[in-house]
Amino acid sequence: METQTDQTPIVVKGLTKSFGEQKVLTGVDLSVNRGETVVILGRSGTGKSVLLKLLIGLQQPDGGSVKIAGQEIAGLSLDELNEVRKKIGFLFQQAALYDSLTVEDNVAFPMSRHTQLSSEEQGKHVRELLKNVGMEQDIGKMPSDLSGGMRKRVGLARALALDPEILLFDEPTAGLDPITSDEIGKLISRLKEERKITSVVVTHDIVGAKEFSDRFVMVHEGKIVIEGTLEDLQKSKDQFVVQFLRGVV
Amino acid sequence: MWAYLTVVIFAAAASEGWSVGDRETARAIRSSFVSFFEWFGELGIFCGRLIRAAIAPPFEARELIRQMDAIGAKSLPLVALAGAATGVVLSLQTRDSLVRFGAKSLLPAVIVFSLIRETGPIITGLVVSGRVGAGIGAELGSMKVTEQIDAIEASAVNPYKFLVATRVLACVAMMPLLTLAADFCGILTGWIANTLAEPISFRLFVNNGFKNVTFSDFLPATFKTAVFGWIIGLISCFQGMRTHGGTEGVGRAATSSVVLSSLFIILADVVLVQLILVFFT
Repeated sequence: METQTDQTPIVVKGLTKSFGEQKVLTGVDLSVNRGETVVILGRSGTGKSVLLKLLIGLQQPDGGSVKIAGQEIAGLSLDELNEVRKKIGFLFQQAALYDSLTVEDNVAFPMSRHTQLSSEEQGKHVRELLKNVGMEQDIGKMPSDLSGGMRKRVGLARALALDPEILLFDEPTAGLDPITSDEIGKLISRLKEERKITSVVVTHDIVGAKEFSDRFVMVHEGKIVIEGTLEDLQKSKDQFVVQFLRGVV
Repeated sequence: MWAYLTVVIFAAAASEGWSVGDRETARAIRSSFVSFFEWFGELGIFCGRLIRAAIAPPFEARELIRQMDAIGAKSLPLVALAGAATGVVLSLQTRDSLVRFGAKSLLPAVIVFSLIRETGPIITGLVVSGRVGAGIGAELGSMKVTEQIDAIEASAVNPYKFLVATRVLACVAMMPLLTLAADFCGILTGWIANTLAEPISFRLFVNNGFKNVTFSDFLPATFKTAVFGWIIGLISCFQGMRTHGGTEGVGRAATSSVVLSSLFIILADVVLVQLILVFFT
Protein backbone atom coordinates (compact mmCIF):
# COMPACT_ATOMS: atom_id res chain seq x y z
CA MET A 1 0.00 0.00 0.00
CA GLU A 2 1.15 3.54 -0.78
CA THR A 3 1.83 6.05 1.97
CA GLN A 4 -1.15 8.25 2.77
CA THR A 5 -0.70 11.85 1.57
CA ASP A 6 -2.90 14.95 1.32
CA GLN A 7 -3.64 13.95 -2.26
CA THR A 8 -4.77 10.40 -1.45
CA PRO A 9 -8.20 10.38 -3.15
CA ILE A 10 -10.15 8.80 -0.29
CA VAL A 11 -9.21 8.80 3.39
CA VAL A 12 -11.78 7.72 5.99
CA LYS A 13 -10.99 7.76 9.71
CA GLY A 14 -13.10 6.59 12.64
CA LEU A 15 -16.35 6.91 10.66
CA THR A 16 -19.51 6.25 12.66
CA LYS A 17 -23.15 6.29 11.56
CA SER A 18 -26.35 5.26 13.31
CA PHE A 19 -30.01 5.25 12.32
CA GLY A 20 -31.96 5.67 15.53
CA GLU A 21 -30.89 2.90 17.89
CA GLN A 22 -29.24 0.92 15.11
CA LYS A 23 -25.48 1.44 14.89
CA VAL A 24 -24.47 0.83 11.27
CA LEU A 25 -20.83 1.95 11.18
CA THR A 26 -18.88 1.97 14.42
CA GLY A 27 -15.45 3.27 13.43
CA VAL A 28 -14.41 2.60 9.85
CA ASP A 29 -10.87 3.45 8.75
CA LEU A 30 -10.16 3.19 5.03
CA SER A 31 -7.72 4.73 2.60
CA VAL A 32 -7.89 4.29 -1.18
CA ASN A 33 -4.87 5.24 -3.28
CA ARG A 34 -4.85 6.85 -6.72
CA GLY A 35 -5.87 4.44 -9.46
CA GLU A 36 -6.65 1.68 -6.94
CA THR A 37 -9.86 -0.38 -7.04
CA VAL A 38 -11.10 -1.45 -3.62
CA VAL A 39 -13.93 -3.95 -3.27
CA ILE A 40 -16.05 -3.80 -0.13
CA LEU A 41 -17.61 -7.07 1.02
CA GLY A 42 -19.96 -7.84 3.86
CA ARG A 43 -23.38 -9.19 4.73
CA SER A 44 -26.47 -7.32 3.58
CA GLY A 45 -27.41 -4.47 5.91
CA THR A 46 -23.91 -3.98 7.32
CA GLY A 47 -23.62 -0.42 6.04
CA LYS A 48 -21.65 -0.87 2.79
CA SER A 49 -24.01 1.31 0.74
CA VAL A 50 -24.20 3.79 3.63
CA LEU A 51 -20.40 4.03 3.51
CA LEU A 52 -20.55 4.94 -0.21
CA LYS A 53 -23.23 7.58 0.45
CA LEU A 54 -21.10 9.06 3.23
CA LEU A 55 -18.15 9.28 0.81
CA ILE A 56 -20.15 11.48 -1.58
CA GLY A 57 -21.93 13.46 1.15
CA LEU A 58 -25.42 12.09 0.48
CA GLN A 59 -25.58 11.26 4.18
CA GLN A 60 -23.87 12.97 7.08
CA PRO A 61 -21.68 10.94 9.46
CA ASP A 62 -22.26 10.99 13.22
CA GLY A 63 -18.53 11.05 13.84
CA GLY A 64 -15.14 10.58 12.21
CA SER A 65 -13.68 12.11 9.09
CA VAL A 66 -14.07 11.69 5.30
CA LYS A 67 -11.44 13.36 3.12
CA ILE A 68 -11.79 13.42 -0.66
CA ALA A 69 -8.58 14.50 -2.42
CA GLY A 70 -7.39 16.00 0.86
CA GLN A 71 -10.60 17.95 1.53
CA GLU A 72 -12.69 17.18 4.59
CA ILE A 73 -16.29 16.99 3.39
CA ALA A 74 -18.08 17.26 6.75
CA GLY A 75 -19.17 20.86 7.32
CA LEU A 76 -18.85 21.99 3.70
CA SER A 77 -21.51 24.31 2.29
CA LEU A 78 -23.71 22.87 -0.48
CA ASP A 79 -21.73 24.73 -3.18
CA GLU A 80 -18.41 23.47 -1.79
CA LEU A 81 -19.78 19.94 -1.47
CA ASN A 82 -20.99 20.08 -5.08
CA GLU A 83 -17.45 21.01 -6.20
CA VAL A 84 -16.22 17.82 -4.48
CA ARG A 85 -19.08 15.78 -5.99
CA LYS A 86 -18.02 16.83 -9.50
CA LYS A 87 -14.86 14.74 -8.95
CA ILE A 88 -16.93 11.64 -8.13
CA GLY A 89 -19.09 9.41 -10.32
CA PHE A 90 -21.69 7.21 -8.62
CA LEU A 91 -23.34 4.12 -10.11
CA PHE A 92 -26.43 3.33 -8.02
CA GLN A 93 -27.69 -0.17 -7.28
CA GLN A 94 -30.74 0.21 -9.56
CA ALA A 95 -28.91 2.73 -11.81
CA ALA A 96 -31.36 5.51 -10.71
CA LEU A 97 -31.87 6.86 -14.22
CA TYR A 98 -34.27 9.81 -14.43
CA ASP A 99 -37.58 8.35 -15.65
CA SER A 100 -38.69 11.51 -17.43
CA LEU A 101 -35.51 11.91 -19.53
CA THR A 102 -34.24 9.91 -22.50
CA VAL A 103 -30.98 7.96 -22.33
CA GLU A 104 -29.24 10.86 -24.10
CA ASP A 105 -30.62 13.46 -21.67
CA ASN A 106 -29.76 11.27 -18.68
CA VAL A 107 -26.10 11.13 -19.71
CA ALA A 108 -26.06 14.81 -20.68
CA PHE A 109 -27.66 15.86 -17.37
CA PRO A 110 -24.44 16.57 -15.40
CA MET A 111 -22.66 17.91 -18.50
CA SER A 112 -25.30 20.50 -19.36
CA ARG A 113 -25.08 21.89 -15.85
CA HIS A 114 -21.35 21.82 -15.15
CA THR A 115 -19.55 22.28 -18.47
CA GLN A 116 -19.41 25.03 -21.06
CA LEU A 117 -19.77 22.57 -23.97
CA SER A 118 -22.06 23.55 -26.83
CA SER A 119 -25.07 21.30 -27.43
CA GLU A 120 -23.27 19.73 -30.43
CA GLU A 121 -20.14 19.03 -28.38
CA GLN A 122 -22.30 17.64 -25.60
CA GLY A 123 -24.14 15.39 -28.05
CA LYS A 124 -20.83 14.12 -29.42
CA HIS A 125 -19.47 13.45 -25.92
CA VAL A 126 -22.70 11.66 -24.90
CA ARG A 127 -22.50 9.42 -27.99
CA GLU A 128 -18.86 8.59 -27.16
CA LEU A 129 -19.72 7.69 -23.60
CA LEU A 130 -22.65 5.54 -24.71
CA LYS A 131 -20.47 3.86 -27.35
CA ASN A 132 -17.92 2.99 -24.62
CA VAL A 133 -20.62 1.11 -22.71
CA GLY A 134 -22.20 -0.39 -25.84
CA MET A 135 -25.42 1.62 -25.69
CA GLU A 136 -25.10 4.02 -28.65
CA GLN A 137 -28.02 2.30 -30.44
CA ASP A 138 -30.40 3.14 -27.58
CA ILE A 139 -29.68 6.86 -27.30
CA GLY A 140 -33.30 7.95 -27.87
CA LYS A 141 -34.96 5.36 -25.61
CA MET A 142 -36.63 6.07 -22.27
CA PRO A 143 -35.29 4.28 -19.15
CA SER A 144 -38.53 2.27 -18.90
CA ASP A 145 -37.66 0.64 -22.25
CA LEU A 146 -34.31 -0.69 -20.99
CA SER A 147 -33.39 -3.96 -19.25
CA GLY A 148 -31.56 -4.00 -15.89
CA GLY A 149 -28.15 -4.47 -17.52
CA MET A 150 -28.78 -1.71 -20.07
CA ARG A 151 -29.83 0.67 -17.29
CA LYS A 152 -26.59 -0.08 -15.42
CA ARG A 153 -24.57 0.67 -18.56
CA VAL A 154 -26.35 4.00 -19.06
CA GLY A 155 -25.87 4.74 -15.35
CA LEU A 156 -22.16 4.07 -15.80
CA ALA A 157 -22.01 6.40 -18.84
CA ARG A 158 -23.73 9.12 -16.75
CA ALA A 159 -21.30 8.53 -13.87
CA LEU A 160 -18.42 9.12 -16.32
CA ALA A 161 -19.94 12.26 -17.87
CA LEU A 162 -17.83 14.73 -15.89
CA ASP A 163 -14.65 12.66 -16.29
CA PRO A 164 -14.43 11.92 -12.54
CA GLU A 165 -11.29 11.05 -10.57
CA ILE A 166 -13.22 8.67 -8.35
CA LEU A 167 -15.96 6.14 -9.14
CA LEU A 168 -18.25 4.59 -6.57
CA PHE A 169 -20.19 1.46 -7.53
CA ASP A 170 -23.09 0.23 -5.40
CA GLU A 171 -23.60 -3.44 -6.30
CA PRO A 172 -23.00 -2.99 -10.04
CA THR A 173 -23.91 -6.59 -10.87
CA ALA A 174 -26.80 -7.16 -8.43
CA GLY A 175 -29.85 -8.70 -10.08
CA LEU A 176 -28.08 -9.32 -13.41
CA ASP A 177 -27.56 -12.61 -15.20
CA PRO A 178 -23.99 -14.06 -15.20
CA ILE A 179 -23.24 -12.94 -18.77
CA THR A 180 -24.35 -9.35 -18.19
CA SER A 181 -22.53 -9.34 -14.81
CA ASP A 182 -19.38 -10.43 -16.61
CA GLU A 183 -19.82 -7.65 -19.19
CA ILE A 184 -20.21 -5.02 -16.44
CA GLY A 185 -17.13 -6.45 -14.69
CA LYS A 186 -15.14 -6.15 -17.93
CA LEU A 187 -16.31 -2.55 -18.33
CA ILE A 188 -15.01 -1.72 -14.84
CA SER A 189 -11.70 -3.45 -15.65
CA ARG A 190 -11.41 -1.49 -18.90
CA LEU A 191 -12.11 1.81 -17.12
CA LYS A 192 -9.40 0.98 -14.60
CA GLU A 193 -6.85 0.27 -17.32
CA GLU A 194 -7.74 3.15 -19.66
CA ARG A 195 -8.56 5.95 -17.25
CA LYS A 196 -6.69 4.98 -14.05
CA ILE A 197 -9.75 5.94 -12.04
CA THR A 198 -9.83 5.36 -8.29
CA SER A 199 -12.79 3.09 -7.55
CA VAL A 200 -14.70 1.73 -4.61
CA VAL A 201 -17.01 -1.18 -5.46
CA VAL A 202 -19.60 -2.62 -3.11
CA THR A 203 -20.52 -6.10 -4.28
CA HIS A 204 -21.38 -9.64 -3.22
CA ASP A 205 -19.92 -11.05 -6.44
CA ILE A 206 -16.44 -12.03 -5.20
CA VAL A 207 -15.60 -14.13 -8.26
CA GLY A 208 -16.47 -11.32 -10.67
CA ALA A 209 -14.71 -8.72 -8.51
CA LYS A 210 -11.43 -10.68 -8.66
CA GLU A 211 -11.07 -9.40 -12.27
CA PHE A 212 -10.74 -5.74 -11.32
CA SER A 213 -9.99 -5.65 -7.59
CA ASP A 214 -6.65 -4.50 -6.16
CA ARG A 215 -7.78 -4.96 -2.59
CA PHE A 216 -10.74 -6.50 -0.79
CA VAL A 217 -12.14 -5.00 2.39
CA MET A 218 -14.63 -6.87 4.57
CA VAL A 219 -17.10 -5.02 6.81
CA HIS A 220 -18.68 -6.75 9.80
CA GLU A 221 -20.58 -5.26 12.75
CA GLY A 222 -19.82 -1.72 11.60
CA LYS A 223 -16.04 -2.17 11.28
CA ILE A 224 -13.51 -3.37 8.75
CA VAL A 225 -12.46 -6.82 9.95
CA ILE A 226 -9.91 -7.63 7.25
CA GLU A 227 -8.37 -6.13 4.11
CA GLY A 228 -6.02 -7.52 1.47
CA THR A 229 -6.08 -9.65 -1.66
CA LEU A 230 -8.56 -12.48 -2.07
CA GLU A 231 -5.73 -14.89 -1.15
CA ASP A 232 -5.14 -12.95 2.09
CA LEU A 233 -8.83 -13.25 2.90
CA GLN A 234 -8.82 -16.96 2.14
CA LYS A 235 -5.85 -17.48 4.50
CA SER A 236 -7.64 -15.68 7.34
CA LYS A 237 -8.59 -17.65 10.45
CA ASP A 238 -11.25 -15.07 11.46
CA GLN A 239 -14.50 -16.99 12.00
CA PHE A 240 -16.68 -14.47 10.15
CA VAL A 241 -14.31 -14.21 7.16
CA VAL A 242 -14.09 -17.99 6.85
CA GLN A 243 -17.87 -18.33 7.10
CA PHE A 244 -18.49 -15.51 4.59
CA LEU A 245 -16.08 -16.92 1.99
CA ARG A 246 -17.34 -20.46 2.45
CA GLY A 247 -20.84 -19.25 1.86
CA VAL A 248 -19.91 -17.44 -1.33
CA VAL A 249 -16.84 -18.93 -3.02
CA MET B 1 -55.51 20.04 10.42
CA TRP B 2 -56.89 22.49 13.04
CA ALA B 3 -59.63 20.04 13.91
CA TYR B 4 -56.96 17.37 14.34
CA LEU B 5 -54.93 19.69 16.57
CA THR B 6 -57.99 20.42 18.69
CA VAL B 7 -58.67 16.71 19.10
CA VAL B 8 -55.06 16.09 20.09
CA ILE B 9 -55.09 18.92 22.66
CA PHE B 10 -58.38 17.79 24.19
CA ALA B 11 -57.25 14.18 24.25
CA ALA B 12 -53.96 15.12 25.89
CA ALA B 13 -55.78 17.25 28.47
CA ALA B 14 -58.27 14.51 29.15
CA SER B 15 -55.52 11.91 29.70
CA GLU B 16 -54.59 13.31 33.14
CA GLY B 17 -55.31 10.80 35.89
CA TRP B 18 -55.45 7.85 33.54
CA SER B 19 -54.39 4.37 34.69
CA VAL B 20 -51.16 2.59 33.59
CA GLY B 21 -52.87 1.05 30.56
CA ASP B 22 -54.09 4.40 29.39
CA ARG B 23 -50.66 5.99 29.72
CA GLU B 24 -49.60 4.32 26.51
CA THR B 25 -52.51 6.01 24.74
CA ALA B 26 -51.42 9.30 26.28
CA ARG B 27 -47.86 8.67 25.06
CA ALA B 28 -49.16 7.98 21.56
CA ILE B 29 -51.16 11.22 21.65
CA ARG B 30 -48.10 13.13 22.84
CA SER B 31 -46.08 11.56 20.03
CA SER B 32 -48.72 12.67 17.47
CA PHE B 33 -48.56 16.14 18.98
CA VAL B 34 -44.77 16.26 18.58
CA SER B 35 -45.01 14.89 15.00
CA PHE B 36 -47.53 17.62 14.20
CA PHE B 37 -45.09 20.39 15.16
CA GLU B 38 -42.15 18.56 13.59
CA TRP B 39 -44.07 18.51 10.32
CA PHE B 40 -44.49 22.28 10.41
CA GLY B 41 -40.83 22.76 11.40
CA GLU B 42 -39.64 20.60 8.53
CA LEU B 43 -42.01 22.40 6.15
CA GLY B 44 -40.47 25.73 7.25
CA ILE B 45 -36.92 24.46 6.56
CA PHE B 46 -38.08 23.04 3.21
CA CYS B 47 -39.61 26.41 2.34
CA GLY B 48 -36.32 28.18 3.14
CA ARG B 49 -34.35 25.80 0.90
CA LEU B 50 -36.91 26.23 -1.87
CA ILE B 51 -36.71 30.04 -1.77
CA ARG B 52 -32.88 29.97 -1.77
CA ALA B 53 -32.88 27.56 -4.72
CA ALA B 54 -35.49 29.57 -6.64
CA ILE B 55 -33.75 32.96 -6.45
CA ALA B 56 -30.14 31.90 -7.04
CA PRO B 57 -28.91 31.35 -10.62
CA PRO B 58 -28.50 29.23 -12.70
CA PHE B 59 -32.21 28.77 -13.43
CA GLU B 60 -33.75 25.59 -14.83
CA ALA B 61 -35.73 27.34 -17.60
CA ARG B 62 -36.22 24.22 -19.74
CA GLU B 63 -37.58 22.18 -16.84
CA LEU B 64 -39.79 25.10 -15.77
CA ILE B 65 -41.40 25.23 -19.22
CA ARG B 66 -41.89 21.45 -19.17
CA GLN B 67 -43.61 21.72 -15.80
CA MET B 68 -45.78 24.65 -16.94
CA ASP B 69 -46.96 22.43 -19.79
CA ALA B 70 -47.53 19.42 -17.50
CA ILE B 71 -49.29 21.43 -14.80
CA GLY B 72 -51.02 24.12 -16.85
CA ALA B 73 -51.81 22.91 -20.36
CA LYS B 74 -52.57 19.33 -19.31
CA SER B 75 -54.90 20.45 -16.49
CA LEU B 76 -56.83 22.75 -18.83
CA PRO B 77 -59.48 20.23 -20.05
CA LEU B 78 -60.34 19.12 -16.51
CA VAL B 79 -60.47 22.68 -15.15
CA ALA B 80 -62.56 23.83 -18.11
CA LEU B 81 -64.99 20.95 -17.58
CA ALA B 82 -65.26 21.69 -13.84
CA GLY B 83 -65.85 25.39 -14.59
CA ALA B 84 -68.46 24.54 -17.22
CA ALA B 85 -70.33 22.19 -14.89
CA THR B 86 -70.28 24.82 -12.16
CA GLY B 87 -71.73 27.40 -14.57
CA VAL B 88 -74.62 25.10 -15.51
CA VAL B 89 -75.39 24.21 -11.90
CA LEU B 90 -75.24 27.85 -10.79
CA SER B 91 -77.58 28.86 -13.60
CA LEU B 92 -80.13 26.11 -12.87
CA GLN B 93 -80.14 26.53 -9.09
CA THR B 94 -80.02 30.32 -8.97
CA ARG B 95 -82.64 30.83 -11.64
CA ASP B 96 -85.24 28.97 -9.62
CA SER B 97 -84.56 31.05 -6.49
CA LEU B 98 -84.42 34.38 -8.32
CA VAL B 99 -87.69 33.69 -10.15
CA ARG B 100 -89.38 33.17 -6.77
CA PHE B 101 -88.22 36.61 -5.59
CA GLY B 102 -88.96 38.31 -8.91
CA ALA B 103 -85.30 39.09 -9.49
CA LYS B 104 -84.78 37.01 -12.63
CA SER B 105 -82.98 39.85 -14.39
CA LEU B 106 -80.13 39.58 -11.85
CA LEU B 107 -79.27 36.04 -12.97
CA PRO B 108 -76.31 37.01 -15.27
CA ALA B 109 -74.80 39.21 -12.53
CA VAL B 110 -75.21 36.47 -9.90
CA ILE B 111 -73.51 33.89 -12.13
CA VAL B 112 -70.65 36.22 -13.11
CA PHE B 113 -70.03 37.51 -9.56
CA SER B 114 -70.23 34.08 -8.05
CA LEU B 115 -67.85 32.57 -10.60
CA ILE B 116 -65.18 35.24 -10.72
CA ARG B 117 -65.13 36.06 -7.00
CA GLU B 118 -65.26 32.64 -5.41
CA THR B 119 -66.53 29.59 -7.26
CA GLY B 120 -64.07 29.72 -10.18
CA PRO B 121 -60.94 30.16 -8.00
CA ILE B 122 -61.85 27.56 -5.37
CA ILE B 123 -63.05 24.98 -7.89
CA THR B 124 -59.83 25.46 -9.88
CA GLY B 125 -57.75 25.17 -6.70
CA LEU B 126 -59.41 21.94 -5.61
CA VAL B 127 -59.39 20.35 -9.08
CA VAL B 128 -55.70 21.21 -9.63
CA SER B 129 -54.76 20.03 -6.13
CA GLY B 130 -56.35 16.69 -6.99
CA ARG B 131 -54.73 16.25 -10.36
CA VAL B 132 -51.38 17.99 -9.94
CA GLY B 133 -50.91 17.40 -6.19
CA ALA B 134 -51.26 13.63 -6.57
CA GLY B 135 -49.00 13.69 -9.64
CA ILE B 136 -46.20 15.64 -7.98
CA GLY B 137 -46.44 13.66 -4.73
CA ALA B 138 -46.29 10.32 -6.55
CA GLU B 139 -43.57 11.39 -9.02
CA LEU B 140 -41.20 12.83 -6.43
CA GLY B 141 -42.06 9.99 -4.04
CA SER B 142 -41.09 7.35 -6.58
CA MET B 143 -37.95 9.34 -7.49
CA LYS B 144 -37.04 9.35 -3.80
CA VAL B 145 -37.49 5.61 -3.23
CA THR B 146 -35.64 4.70 -6.46
CA GLU B 147 -32.68 6.92 -5.49
CA GLN B 148 -33.19 9.28 -8.45
CA ILE B 149 -33.10 12.27 -6.09
CA ASP B 150 -29.84 10.96 -4.59
CA ALA B 151 -28.54 10.62 -8.17
CA ILE B 152 -29.36 14.28 -8.86
CA GLU B 153 -27.45 15.30 -5.72
CA ALA B 154 -24.57 12.99 -6.66
CA SER B 155 -24.41 14.81 -10.02
CA ALA B 156 -23.72 18.01 -8.02
CA VAL B 157 -27.14 19.45 -8.92
CA ASN B 158 -29.42 20.90 -6.25
CA PRO B 159 -32.69 18.89 -6.38
CA TYR B 160 -34.55 21.84 -4.81
CA LYS B 161 -33.63 23.88 -7.87
CA PHE B 162 -34.33 21.22 -10.49
CA LEU B 163 -37.35 19.43 -9.00
CA VAL B 164 -39.00 21.66 -6.39
CA ALA B 165 -38.55 25.28 -7.51
CA THR B 166 -39.65 24.48 -11.08
CA ARG B 167 -42.83 22.70 -9.95
CA VAL B 168 -43.80 25.30 -7.37
CA LEU B 169 -43.19 28.22 -9.77
CA ALA B 170 -45.14 26.44 -12.52
CA CYS B 171 -48.09 25.96 -10.12
CA VAL B 172 -47.96 29.64 -9.08
CA ALA B 173 -47.81 30.85 -12.69
CA MET B 174 -50.47 28.51 -14.09
CA MET B 175 -53.19 28.77 -11.44
CA PRO B 176 -54.45 32.29 -12.35
CA LEU B 177 -54.54 31.30 -16.05
CA LEU B 178 -56.46 28.12 -15.29
CA THR B 179 -58.85 30.13 -13.14
CA LEU B 180 -59.53 32.45 -16.09
CA ALA B 181 -60.33 29.39 -18.20
CA ALA B 182 -62.70 28.02 -15.51
CA ASP B 183 -64.40 31.44 -15.18
CA PHE B 184 -64.85 31.73 -18.96
CA CYS B 185 -66.26 28.21 -19.35
CA GLY B 186 -68.57 28.72 -16.37
CA ILE B 187 -69.98 31.97 -17.75
CA LEU B 188 -70.39 30.44 -21.21
CA THR B 189 -72.26 27.35 -19.96
CA GLY B 190 -74.21 29.52 -17.50
CA TRP B 191 -75.45 31.51 -20.50
CA ILE B 192 -76.22 28.29 -22.45
CA ALA B 193 -78.26 26.86 -19.55
CA ASN B 194 -80.07 30.17 -19.15
CA THR B 195 -80.76 30.45 -22.88
CA LEU B 196 -82.27 26.97 -23.00
CA ALA B 197 -84.84 28.10 -20.42
CA GLU B 198 -85.31 31.62 -21.75
CA PRO B 199 -83.41 32.77 -24.85
CA ILE B 200 -81.05 35.71 -24.31
CA SER B 201 -78.15 36.89 -26.52
CA PHE B 202 -74.61 36.22 -25.23
CA ARG B 203 -73.74 39.91 -25.59
CA LEU B 204 -76.70 40.96 -23.43
CA PHE B 205 -75.92 38.24 -20.88
CA VAL B 206 -72.30 39.41 -20.63
CA ASN B 207 -73.28 43.11 -20.52
CA ASN B 208 -75.75 42.47 -17.71
CA GLY B 209 -73.35 40.18 -15.91
CA PHE B 210 -70.33 42.50 -16.00
CA LYS B 211 -72.25 45.80 -15.60
CA ASN B 212 -71.23 46.26 -11.97
CA VAL B 213 -68.03 44.23 -11.97
CA THR B 214 -64.87 46.21 -11.16
CA PHE B 215 -61.20 45.25 -11.26
CA SER B 216 -61.26 44.91 -7.48
CA ASP B 217 -63.82 42.12 -7.91
CA PHE B 218 -61.84 40.39 -10.59
CA LEU B 219 -58.08 40.81 -9.97
CA PRO B 220 -57.65 39.91 -6.26
CA ALA B 221 -59.93 36.87 -6.63
CA THR B 222 -58.05 35.65 -9.70
CA PHE B 223 -54.57 36.29 -8.33
CA LYS B 224 -55.32 34.71 -4.97
CA THR B 225 -55.10 31.42 -6.87
CA ALA B 226 -51.35 32.06 -7.19
CA VAL B 227 -51.32 31.42 -3.41
CA PHE B 228 -53.29 28.21 -4.02
CA GLY B 229 -50.65 27.27 -6.59
CA TRP B 230 -47.90 27.91 -4.04
CA ILE B 231 -49.72 25.68 -1.54
CA ILE B 232 -50.25 22.85 -4.05
CA GLY B 233 -46.63 22.96 -5.28
CA LEU B 234 -45.08 23.33 -1.83
CA ILE B 235 -47.12 20.68 0.01
CA SER B 236 -46.94 18.13 -2.82
CA CYS B 237 -43.18 18.55 -3.31
CA PHE B 238 -42.63 18.41 0.46
CA GLN B 239 -44.66 15.22 0.87
CA GLY B 240 -42.97 13.68 -2.18
CA MET B 241 -39.42 14.56 -1.08
CA ARG B 242 -39.88 13.05 2.42
CA THR B 243 -41.29 9.76 1.11
CA HIS B 244 -39.98 6.56 2.65
CA GLY B 245 -41.14 2.97 2.74
CA GLY B 246 -41.12 1.86 -0.91
CA THR B 247 -44.24 1.76 -3.08
CA GLU B 248 -46.53 1.95 -0.06
CA GLY B 249 -44.78 5.20 0.87
CA VAL B 250 -45.34 6.53 -2.66
CA GLY B 251 -49.08 5.86 -2.30
CA ARG B 252 -49.11 7.63 1.07
CA ALA B 253 -47.22 10.60 -0.40
CA ALA B 254 -49.72 10.96 -3.26
CA THR B 255 -52.74 10.73 -0.97
CA SER B 256 -51.36 13.08 1.67
CA SER B 257 -50.36 15.60 -1.02
CA VAL B 258 -53.97 15.84 -2.22
CA VAL B 259 -55.57 15.82 1.23
CA LEU B 260 -53.22 18.37 2.78
CA SER B 261 -53.08 20.73 -0.19
CA SER B 262 -56.92 20.71 -0.49
CA LEU B 263 -57.24 21.36 3.23
CA PHE B 264 -54.73 24.21 3.20
CA ILE B 265 -56.38 25.73 0.11
CA ILE B 266 -59.72 25.88 1.93
CA LEU B 267 -58.10 27.39 5.04
CA ALA B 268 -56.10 29.89 2.94
CA ASP B 269 -59.27 30.83 1.07
CA VAL B 270 -60.98 31.81 4.32
CA VAL B 271 -58.07 34.09 5.22
CA LEU B 272 -57.63 35.50 1.70
CA VAL B 273 -61.35 36.30 1.26
CA GLN B 274 -61.24 38.23 4.53
CA LEU B 275 -58.08 40.10 3.45
CA ILE B 276 -59.59 40.91 0.04
CA LEU B 277 -62.72 42.26 1.73
CA VAL B 278 -60.59 44.45 4.01
CA PHE B 279 -58.21 45.80 1.36
CA PHE B 280 -60.28 45.88 -1.84
CA THR B 281 -63.84 46.68 -0.82
